[in-house]
Amino acid sequence: MSGHVFHPGHDDLHGVTVVVELRDGRTVVGRWHEKTPRGVLLHDLAIYDPASVTIPKEEWLAQLLKFGVPVDQKHILIPDDQFGGVRRFSA
Amino acid sequence: MPYPEMMVKPMREEVTRLGVQELRTVADVDAALAAHEGTALVFVNSVCGCAAGMARPALTKALANAKLPNKSYTVFAGQDLEATARARSYFGEYRPSSPSVALLKGGEVVAFVHRHQIEGRSAEQVAADLITAFDAHCG
Repeated sequence: MSGHVFHPGHDDLHGVTVVVELRDGRTVVGRWHEKTPRGVLLHDLAIYDPASVTIPKEEWLAQLLKFGVPVDQKHILIPDDQFGGVRRFSA
Repeated sequence: MPYPEMMVKPMREEVTRLGVQELRTVADVDAALAAHEGTALVFVNSVCGCAAGMARPALTKALANAKLPNKSYTVFAGQDLEATARARSYFGEYRPSSPSVALLKGGEVVAFVHRHQIEGRSAEQVAADLITAFDAHCG
């Protein structure tokens, strides 16, 4: 691995694109920054809201996998009571 | 805001020493890509160590493959802003991420490795994806 890297000292998911399920039914794909006492902070994220998106979630995720993640929102802080689980976006 | 050039110079050189031509201006990008008829790789370099620290070694391994693109170029996201934006204009529907790698053939993207396909994976794994694309599309 290259020695030319920046910002060490974060948790394992720092900088990794993840899928976070929210307890209200929405799904967020974005770059994990850190878990703070106030919740999880993500950057550069896309949000799937079944109330407003017509395609199935799996199809939406497949489009993002192929073409990349649109930045619907620059940042989000997900409180613990809204956090329903996390997984890496790419296997 | 771009990082000081002295900090990113080694990251540029890690790519250019492979023989990859760096495109620093809009004019550079257009001269390279506007009328390109063969295969061209565009490596979008990045300071971010979370993924770029693996992307550059992956590129090094991939460019040792027998089949290679006719031309290999690089732009530096977050540093050479206008050149990077111009290069991304050639990527069609593929959204910006950095680091990332595009393989174009006849001006169309035929393979794309996004940041999310780099982060958390080994250089060997990412290189294998690039080599698969080279073998499929390059002569």
